[in-house]
Amino acid sequence: MSYTDFNDNEYIETLRRNGVGVAVGVLDELINWGRSNSLWPLTFATSCCGIEFMSVGAARYDFARFGFEVARASPRQADVIIVAGTIVTKMAPVLYRLYQQMADPKYVIAMGSCAISGGPFTKSYHVVQGVDKILPVDVYIPGCPPRPEALLYGMMQLQRKVKVEPFLGTVNKKEPKSHRFPAINPGD
Amino acid sequence: MNTIKTLIQNICPQAVFSEGEKPVPEVELTPRELADLLLPLREEKGLQFDYLEDLIGMDFGEQLGVIYRLYSTVNKHWVVLVCKAESREHPTLPTLSHLWAIADFYEREVFDFFGILFIGHPDMRRLFLRQDWTGYPLRKDYDASSDLNPLRLEAEPMRDDTDAVIRKEDGETAEEKHVVFDKDEYVVNIGPQHPATHGVLHFQVSLEGEIVKKVDVHCGYIHRGIEKMCESLTYPQTLAMTDRLDYLSAHQNRHALCACIEEAMGLEIPTRALYIRTLMDELSRIQSHLLFYATFCMDLGALTPFFYGFRDREMILNIFEDTTGGRLIQNYNVIGGVSRDLHPDFVEKTGQFIRYLPKVLKEYRQVFTDNVIFRQRTKGIGLLSAGQAVSYGVSGPTARASGVACDIRKRMPYAAYEEVSFREVLHTEGDALARYLVRMEEIEESLAIIDQLLTKLPAGEYCAKTKPVVKLPEGRFFKSVENARGEFGVFIESRGDKYPYRLKFHPPCLPLVSLVNPLASGNKIADLITIGASLDYVVPDIDR
Repeated sequence: MSYTDFNDNEYIETLRRNGVGVAVGVLDELINWGRSNSLWPLTFATSCCGIEFMSVGAARYDFARFGFEVARASPRQADVIIVAGTIVTKMAPVLYRLYQQMADPKYVIAMGSCAISGGPFTKSYHVVQGVDKILPVDVYIPGCPPRPEALLYGMMQLQRKVKVEPFLGTVNKKEPKSHRFPAINPGD
Repeated sequence: MNTIKTLIQNICPQAVFSEGEKPVPEVELTPRELADLLLPLREEKGLQFDYLEDLIGMDFGEQLGVIYRLYSTVNKHWVVLVCKAESREHPTLPTLSHLWAIADFYEREVFDFFGILFIGHPDMRRLFLRQDWTGYPLRKDYDASSDLNPLRLEAEPMRDDTDAVIRKEDGETAEEKHVVFDKDEYVVNIGPQHPATHGVLHFQVSLEGEIVKKVDVHCGYIHRGIEKMCESLTYPQTLAMTDRLDYLSAHQNRHALCACIEEAMGLEIPTRALYIRTLMDELSRIQSHLLFYATFCMDLGALTPFFYGFRDREMILNIFEDTTGGRLIQNYNVIGGVSRDLHPDFVEKTGQFIRYLPKVLKEYRQVFTDNVIFRQRTKGIGLLSAGQAVSYGVSGPTARASGVACDIRKRMPYAAYEEVSFREVLHTEGDALARYLVRMEEIEESLAIIDQLLTKLPAGEYCAKTKPVVKLPEGRFFKSVENARGEFGVFIESRGDKYPYRLKFHPPCLPLVSLVNPLASGNKIADLITIGASLDYVVPDIDR
């Protein structure tokens, strides 16, 4: 892929360049403004990236500035699952169930190279080659482990993604993702 | 060494002795001889091997077997036993679990990876992999195709009983079933997704009201198969895996593997490199203990110390980042020394830090350590006796809180630890409070070590020249360092290639997690969280 073909994340806004309905659009924006600034992550971490996730929660990086600080221990109360760390074969059904237990609308962030592709352990007999084999990932954050700034950047990309979603009649009406999934066959 | 030899030969005249790593004698035994020798090894005066340091499963090529590393805390000597199972199709060995408590977990691990059945072991379930896994991955002829073990999204089948193999009086073996949980027991699952298990660990807790009756630990939710992968990596490539085992002791783990390879090669390390390694190890220890402080207090319900701990930990991460470029995982040690010299600001920044931290530690003491609620929740909780600690193969701060002097830095000084004076922190109470205090006092000792090293830091090379392709001579090599949780060991069996034939990491956290059941039984369920937090295990280190 040549560099000029590369679309930066700005292209997300172009999805809405044709405008939106007056009443619904304005209400959408209001709702999405609220939703994107109160994304509650699930406290889910398997390995090294989890420590960086904790660092982001602590005083120096402080993701409370962007509304992520309400980390929930229960998937029922969480909006976004940050897959921080390697997912192995034994963990896959657990992660899948956690995802199913989350209420819609829900989002997935793959944090670190293990969650993206298996990372340094990709050749292992027991490692899932990327969490997108089992979950629909919204944002990928590369790094091993990613720096806290990178995690903040990734989470802000998710906010933008949430902001351009038409909420009324689409996100709130659509069939729950957990019913449609797994569209990807894990064996593929 | 000769006394060990004669005493063992009195019992097993056929035993084959060889000089393994000097001066540790290596004895090769048949399974039958091993079964006869176990009790004298544990009890007989002059032997008294009470600490099972490691139990290493091996695929020797033709045969499967186990290498035992035993240490006597009374006589301060080592022995290495090598025992090969007779058949490859149905390999069996006698169990050690009735004499050394930690062998329970180690043997389950070997069964999981090599399929060796331990006769007399009460619980022959897999420890790490799914119960419906096909094959034994660390065997050399393992078929890793995804047809045999596809990625399954249905939950793992759980059983309430275990398989065991016993030897009857006529010498034949018979299968037996043991019940873990009765039908009418009240079992609560904690984990794998639970904030208080410190990672993905699964406890099945049987309760009688609020009292814990039994804890069954399920590991393997982050088993990444590192040891198998290392067998197809060159030695410099294997280094990257160590940082990701116990990511809070990344420097120390990598130090252990580098030191093991260097010793095997007979490589001379520049003094400056040794000093730098020691400095980095101690900084790692402090940041790990600060994280322990943060999470331990958080588990007990105090959120402020979490922010304190992380705030001060960031200062160390800044120092790491200047020199190594990494915050959490630094990839700094290389074979022959370290990858680059210290940052020009290192001495100044570290000096500032070691002057800053004692003031904060005082604050920690005021805010938390002397708190009445904290004292009540930790004092007398999770009592671990010295004998139990040795039998469970525990090392590090947890064992030192029970009065077992096991610090590798003192016992077998490596790097620059001989050049500095420091106190081995010992407590004798053995409860959660003592484990906490040992760690807090160790921070102060580490600060003292860093202070001494900074003034002595010699100039010179930071890395010895090595050949581009690293090959080790044939043989078995073992090297351990003291990381923030205990003894982290590296075992390498080399056959003269540029790849290790077998590389085993001895994790300090597996003995720690095996302690959860004996310590939590009889306590309240809220104390289970205290006990787990006070042991300070890191789950990827257990699972590897």
